Amino acid sequence: MRRMTVTTALQETSFYSAVTLFVVLAAFPFYWMVITSFKTNGDLYNVSHIPFWFNDPPTLEHFRYLFEKTLFTTWLLNSLIIGLCVTAITLVTALPAAYSLARMTGRNGEALGIGIFLTYLVPPTLLFLPLSRVIAELGLQNSMWSLVLVYPTFTIPFCTWLLMGFFKSLPVEIEEAAIVDGCSLFGAFIKMAIPLSLPGILTVVIFTFTLTLQEFVYALTFVSATDQKPITLGVATDLIRGDIFFWGEIMAGALIAAIPVAIAYNLFLDRFISGITGGAVK
Amino acid sequence: MVAIAESVPKPAPRFQFILDRRDVLGSLMVAPAILYVLLLVGVPFLMAVYYSLSAYTIYDPSWSFVGLSNFEDIIEDPTFRQTLYNTFIFTFGSQILGLILGKFGAFLLLRPFPGRKIVRALIILPWVVPIALATVAWQWMFDSLYSVINWTLIAMGIVTRDEAPNWLGTPELAMLAVIVVNAWRFFPFAIVIFLAGITAVPQDVIDAATVDGAGFWRRNYQIILPMILPIMTIGVVFGIVFTFTDLSIVYLMTQGGPIGATSVLGFAGFQTGIVSGDVSHGAAISVFMLPLLLIVVVTMLRFIRRREI
Repeated sequence: MRRMTVTTALQETSFYSAVTLFVVLAAFPFYWMVITSFKTNGDLYNVSHIPFWFNDPPTLEHFRYLFEKTLFTTWLLNSLIIGLCVTAITLVTALPAAYSLARMTGRNGEALGIGIFLTYLVPPTLLFLPLSRVIAELGLQNSMWSLVLVYPTFTIPFCTWLLMGFFKSLPVEIEEAAIVDGCSLFGAFIKMAIPLSLPGILTVVIFTFTLTLQEFVYALTFVSATDQKPITLGVATDLIRGDIFFWGEIMAGALIAAIPVAIAYNLFLDRFISGITGGAVK
Repeated sequence: MVAIAESVPKPAPRFQFILDRRDVLGSLMVAPAILYVLLLVGVPFLMAVYYSLSAYTIYDPSWSFVGLSNFEDIIEDPTFRQTLYNTFIFTFGSQILGLILGKFGAFLLLRPFPGRKIVRALIILPWVVPIALATVAWQWMFDSLYSVINWTLIAMGIVTRDEAPNWLGTPELAMLAVIVVNAWRFFPFAIVIFLAGITAVPQDVIDAATVDGAGFWRRNYQIILPMILPIMTIGVVFGIVFTFTDLSIVYLMTQGGPIGATSVLGFAGFQTGIVSGDVSHGAAISVFMLPLLLIVVVTMLRFIRRREI
């Protein structure tokens, strides 16, 4: 079928040009991030220089500034603590819930599962007003613990949904055999279902963590103390002094925060997709 | 067996017995998740609706009921009407642009070619990198003095330095900029959704259609499109909900400006309710999101039900 004619050569060329165009469109802002973070200020703010590559030798100055003169490491640590706590809360609540909805509650479980998932669609920009009052009542205003409290409101629905699909794909016979052998129902969940679904649990851990890193609205609303900010918020709002943007530092910070999320997503993309589409494709 | 079991009673046998009933244990296991969501999504949701009907501000936490007067106030306000209009333009503009790019991109990635995995990894970036960080990168690209986009336009001789556009300082261009950034963030998701849908269409169905004489367009629009419609709907639902209610891109890039030209519902709700402390009017602005969300949710439920049949 594939004859090498002028037409196919032309088709190939246009195909690869289109692919290149897409890659540039998608990735250019990140290239721009990288190149900005390694450029000297003299090189950055000189319009007669060609901006796409280094005119002066690259520098680590922005990174050094970021780590030594700003609260960047504090923000990193805050994000890590928030991510770990939210992941723990999410696992403890979503794992049993998903198992129960997949196995024990029958048709009602399906409806409840959809109900829980729909809460994922209730927007933060509607909930932030009442939630900021709840947080004030609890004395958590301006503290990163407010985010630990609030983030599970979207990670639990999301992960319950994801794990529900995962548990459904496990053969029920294994747990039944364990129960016949004298295991209690709960024991079958702990000793059989959980070890078998470790890949699913790992996916949930990764996504909970990345969802907390990506969140911006709640962090912006509830945390204004600089030393309590998670990394995304800190980099986006706190590296501007007065009206001056320090683009080298901002881009360096964004780069460091973006890399782990980008890697995690690319590794787990397929699971993520089958998770949110929830078996809409059969 | 029974006699032995009774003579050696296990600790709390009754408790054990109850826990071995599927429905009881099932409800117990699902309860924490439901409680969490009810307390921190369900209750606040109702509170938000009540706020919009009250006179609550941070200076007057009296919660007195004022009916629909907050809604009357904001509807009479021309800036709010502008905001509502902006929100629709922002949402549908970026969704349509994102879907077109997504369809085209999926079409490219469908075919195997060397380096496809790397290309996919790069194309997916806009969607996975935290949007606040990507937005700052765009803000830098749209900078009034050092914009790389303007630099390129000038170098290509399209504009001169004096007439180079001030992207975020001109109403129409600022709107275009936030739409482009949002479409840019959404299109990889659309690609992924399209791909997931298309690869799930069984090859023999396509082959059968080809044998029966269906051409390229017919295959595309009468076989593949109907089959991937459910999964696409879910993708679009996500896109619309998250765009319609978002504030991060607008907050970081334009602060709703210049002169309210890019203000959207989420941003206006934040400014009024959180920054200015006028909670009730802020809530009323946010509650304006609900009708659209409701339509979207109903659509989604219909598709999920259809899937089950």
